[in-house]
Amino acid sequence: MLRFVLSRLLTFVPTFFGVTLVSFAFIRLLPGDPITLLAGERGISQERYDELAAQLGFDQPLWMQYFDYLAGIFQGDLGVSFVTKRPVLDEFMALFPATLELSICAITLAVLIGIPAGVIAAVNRGKFFDQALMTTALIGYSMPIFWWALLLIIVFSSGLGWTPVSGRMSLMFFIEGPTGFMTIDALLSGQEGAFKSAVSHLILPTIVLATIPLAIIARQTRSAMLEVLGEDYVRTARAKGLAPLRVNGFHALRNALIPVVTVIGLSVGTLLAGAILTETIFSWPGIGKWMVDSIFRRDYQAVQGGLLIIAVIVMIVNLTVDILYGAINPKIRNR
Amino acid sequence: MTPLRTTLAAGAALLALSAGASAQTLIYCSEGSPEGFDPALYTAGTTFDASSRQVYNRLVEFERGTTETIPGLAESWEVSEDGTQYTFKLREGVQFHSNDQFTPSRDFNADDVIFSFDRQGNEENPYNGYSGGTWEYFNAMSMPDLIESIEKVDDYTVRFNLTRPEAPFIANMAMDFASILSKEYADQMQEAGTPEMLNQAPIGTGPFSFVGYQKDAVIRYAANEDFFRGAPEIDNLVFAITPDASVRYQKLQAGECHVMPYPNPADLDAMEQDENVNLMSKEGLNVGYLAYNTQVEPFDQVEVRKALNMAIDKQAIIDVVFQGAGTAAKNPIPPTIWSYNDDIEDDPYDPEAAQQMLEEAGVTDLSMEIWAMPVQRPYNPNARRMAELLQEDFAQVGVDVEIVSYEWGEYLERSKAEDREGAVLLGWTGDNGDPDNFLAVLLGCDSVGGSNRAQWCHEPFDELIQEAKTVADQEERAELYKEAQVVFKEQAPWATIAHSVVFEPVRPEVENYKIDPFGGHIFYGVGLSE
Repeated sequence: MLRFVLSRLLTFVPTFFGVTLVSFAFIRLLPGDPITLLAGERGISQERYDELAAQLGFDQPLWMQYFDYLAGIFQGDLGVSFVTKRPVLDEFMALFPATLELSICAITLAVLIGIPAGVIAAVNRGKFFDQALMTTALIGYSMPIFWWALLLIIVFSSGLGWTPVSGRMSLMFFIEGPTGFMTIDALLSGQEGAFKSAVSHLILPTIVLATIPLAIIARQTRSAMLEVLGEDYVRTARAKGLAPLRVNGFHALRNALIPVVTVIGLSVGTLLAGAILTETIFSWPGIGKWMVDSIFRRDYQAVQGGLLIIAVIVMIVNLTVDILYGAINPKIRNR
Repeated sequence: MTPLRTTLAAGAALLALSAGASAQTLIYCSEGSPEGFDPALYTAGTTFDASSRQVYNRLVEFERGTTETIPGLAESWEVSEDGTQYTFKLREGVQFHSNDQFTPSRDFNADDVIFSFDRQGNEENPYNGYSGGTWEYFNAMSMPDLIESIEKVDDYTVRFNLTRPEAPFIANMAMDFASILSKEYADQMQEAGTPEMLNQAPIGTGPFSFVGYQKDAVIRYAANEDFFRGAPEIDNLVFAITPDASVRYQKLQAGECHVMPYPNPADLDAMEQDENVNLMSKEGLNVGYLAYNTQVEPFDQVEVRKALNMAIDKQAIIDVVFQGAGTAAKNPIPPTIWSYNDDIEDDPYDPEAAQQMLEEAGVTDLSMEIWAMPVQRPYNPNARRMAELLQEDFAQVGVDVEIVSYEWGEYLERSKAEDREGAVLLGWTGDNGDPDNFLAVLLGCDSVGGSNRAQWCHEPFDELIQEAKTVADQEERAELYKEAQVVFKEQAPWATIAHSVVFEPVRPEVENYKIDPFGGHIFYGVGLSE
């Protein structure tokens, strides 16, 4: 097992350097540079341009800029945002809890509904429920997030008035820290109604962000279950006269979960990508919107720093999933 | 207190306030997050809305809803005979805001004025390099060349010595970068080793004091009861940051905000019908134009440029490209600017006459490039579409058009070249409401090879605008600019296409809101009916 973990960790190293290089190159490959963009129609003199470029280190050769960037990373310094002039890491950490809170809620919702739905569909294969569920999943999977979010807002917020339109918290409350998770902070603040407000603000964005992972998990669970249900040991369990719930829920599902765990791990990337749209629509102050703004402003430091942190998070999640996978499936561990 | 405790305490205070029966809170669904709160460090309108327009004052200010300048922190000013000395008499008894870390021990005075400018131009000033300051507007408005020195005559008198007479200087002093900050606060933060607080927890003299900012979510302000023009009508002001325009409209309908900027053009019809919404509108301080290169054949001939101008169906452009959110432009400055010459008649839309003029000028089988900007701007929401319409219009008079485009930075750079082929679609949004800011910047001889995309240097025009710069009297200046607009119309270096129309939906209970011609959002003087 230790060897397995170590070998996984080793693959981490080249991936990490690959990510630093790609994130560094990606934003610089886009046409346009931040100084000209900042000046806009107003224009900027060559003299002033050179002065600013020197100040920002853009006059250095590219490899030099890259090595400065790398050196910074190992000192825990991701540079300073060109636009806000604040450290990239501070900016990221100020916003990340909001994205994390939303992502955790969304993945929880997706798992809690997706897995049982997939199991029920598999057990009732070919029947009405199975077909209805798989059609719904297909629709969910192909739904344009923008449209879906606006539809929910128009029906539930403007129409029925059940949920707030956007934001993280009613403007009546002013809650900041200590955890950055609004629901927890609202509870800690002890302000009456704050927790309820935080939860009501979470409902619609959670549904929207969960939609695609939910569809993927439901479909994956269904097909994994179908495979397992045909196995001999399941037939044996049935033949022993075990209750169907015990056969399906315990013997079959446990084995079917192995591929599903991988899918859940992979959907972390999907979630972070989906967060960009969801956060923009629901005015959710997370990293998705921040990344988009930074790309449009060609804020090199913010984009490369943000990409790097996100990539490392995805890598860590995948590593964890790999290790978990090894723990539940001995075949992998010993390979 | 730590910043966290500070905001918590401030939040609690705000909550207590808003719990009172009479406390009124106005919520503005703003479109984005401010980059910081020191306006001189930035150039974005979103940042100015959150800082200079609520928290700070300037020596001179724009009267709300107009481009006219009125006294601000300066009660009055005098200009020397030669136009190079501006002496400002400062208002007495004005207090800066306080926060948990700072309580002013003295009133606003000349030291604050000198500090506010010195930090932008003087590299020795400890605040010159703070927050990575590059002072873009200060530089863009040529302040380093223009201001020779700033003298403190006494505690309430400040004199600016300029290197040359420059009548637009007064309007420049009303711009956001010229906001006055507290030197006392800056010194204290410097001593405490936290100079960036100046940019994060602003202290000003304005109608609203800063309470707290949760990044990308909410900004809170409280009314400044001691404001020198009188306390604001509302007690609290909240910016709820809402980047999506459709969502802003939903929030407005649901009563979650009172005022929203930048509606979706597609929503305008619905807003007009909506009884929860009062849709306000005003011409923007901008112009969208097509600049011919007047140095390249055959566009060096006035007749050719005139003829092409007559071939353009502006109304179709307003309908299709602006979807009604624009008005046809006949002058290079928008109608909200003083000295706008309304007597000028626009070139008629007459393709037949245009074709004949081209033939008379000996131009047949002309083919040309039209450059379409790759970005959206208020003065041109869809340059590609506009170029296509122009292509059709010009085809009517036998001119073949090829549409080209470049990445935005490239576009701006390449279009400056004096030997550039083709006509360029571009525009301008005014900085200070002064006609000089359009006419000299965009059409003056000094700007050829730069922001003068028509590469047009016409002496009779240039003499007028140069003279207007040296005259202090506004009426006299207005006459000169009106004449310059006549010359412009005769010479037609551009096809003036449109001025955008700014729409702002507000809720019916919002009273006395005025659209700012500069595109800002100002909440002093705004009230809420019960």
